Amino acid sequence: MAQHQVNYASAAGLPVALTSVDKLINWGRSNSLWPMTYGLACCAIEMMATGASRYDFDRMGTIFRASPRQSDVMILAGTLSKKHAEFTRRLYDQMMEPKWVISMGSCANTGGMFNTYSTVQGVDRIVPVDIYLPGCAPRPETLQYALMMLQKKIRRESADMNKNTKQNLRTL
Amino acid sequence: MRKYTPKDNVQGKAYHTDRFWVSPSVPRTDVSEDAHFAALLEKIKESIAVKDAYIQIGQMVVHINPEDNITVLTLVKEVCDYAMCSEISAVDYLAQDGEFEVFYQMLNLKKAKRIRIVTRLKERQAIESAVPLFNSANFAEREMYDMFGIVANNHPFMKRILMPDDWEGHPLLKTYPLQGDEAASWYEVDKIFGKEYRDIIGAENRDPSKIDRYDTKRFSRVGYEVPFDEDISEGEKKTPIKYSDTLLVNYNKSSKQLDERR
Repeated sequence: MAQHQVNYASAAGLPVALTSVDKLINWGRSNSLWPMTYGLACCAIEMMATGASRYDFDRMGTIFRASPRQSDVMILAGTLSKKHAEFTRRLYDQMMEPKWVISMGSCANTGGMFNTYSTVQGVDRIVPVDIYLPGCAPRPETLQYALMMLQKKIRRESADMNKNTKQNLRTL
Repeated sequence: MRKYTPKDNVQGKAYHTDRFWVSPSVPRTDVSEDAHFAALLEKIKESIAVKDAYIQIGQMVVHINPEDNITVLTLVKEVCDYAMCSEISAVDYLAQDGEFEVFYQMLNLKKAKRIRIVTRLKERQAIESAVPLFNSANFAEREMYDMFGIVANNHPFMKRILMPDDWEGHPLLKTYPLQGDEAASWYEVDKIFGKEYRDIIGAENRDPSKIDRYDTKRFSRVGYEVPFDEDISEGEKKTPIKYSDTLLVNYNKSSKQLDERR
């Protein structure tokens, strides 16, 4: 967030930066997004690659956590079966507010090629999705891009989550 | 003149049928052609009644009565070295014959030979479990129950293996719709939110490429961009696309001017 850089030459040489609470809180939120390791199918391989050294999610402050209680982003990477949907929702409910969801890949977005009886036809039927990432499977670069889009979205939001209009299932 | 058949939706269904089409089938040969299988079949015939037996793709297929399955499986395992049961499953022939075909795929590791023991079951008829003989039968019979509803008697844990426990129907039956029945299509909604949320969440969208022009929550037309969730049933205002003209070069100018620019 370059516009908040402290300019020591101005403000009488004092290290003073003026900002709003919203911006400060969202700066913190957006730059330490901790996703839950939630690989469901082959997209998980791309998600792992994104987290590993070559693409290096860590440099964005994104560290994968193994527990929903420590994470604030759920990256739904892969095909969600109807049997598993219940547990996905339970994990989502266990995450702390504020929380966001990235639906990664065609299967998570719409059911993809699995137009069958056993696959959830889009994870937005059970959890509110913030970013839909197309691809089968999306490349690590696109997952990085999706995360950057999510950061942009968070920076645009109000720090008070109750003020944000959620056109989704969060109220459920 | 040839009979007219409608040619719309030709990719959805085949409209051309070949009058000389013969459906491919795997050739069957007689068991006597293979000495090992012939001797094995003689042994099986000593203990139980064999309905039919032949060789297909180097494997002997033996049709037996369903009540003889444990007898013949014990025989081929203990006496004839078919120590491995690689698969147990069923085929739904209910529409054709009113029967299921249950098969046991056996492997002889010493001689690298395979046989298939096949039996026919009526609907809702149970078969004796092969778990006392083969541990691999445990999961295979559970899957057979899950997918076809065929119960194995005396199975230690006769429970669904792939589908959830409260699932309705058996998905590999030919009568089961590919995209699921009513219970399947609402399964996750009913389970997580309850039946009263069906109206809020709505039915599954089975066509991912579906575009609804009047759904302004999800779609907007290029050149007709509207605010989020606005009602456009009356028609929408035109918002022409404006491109930046700073980078555009007017090539309609005369060649002389182009030369000057160069």
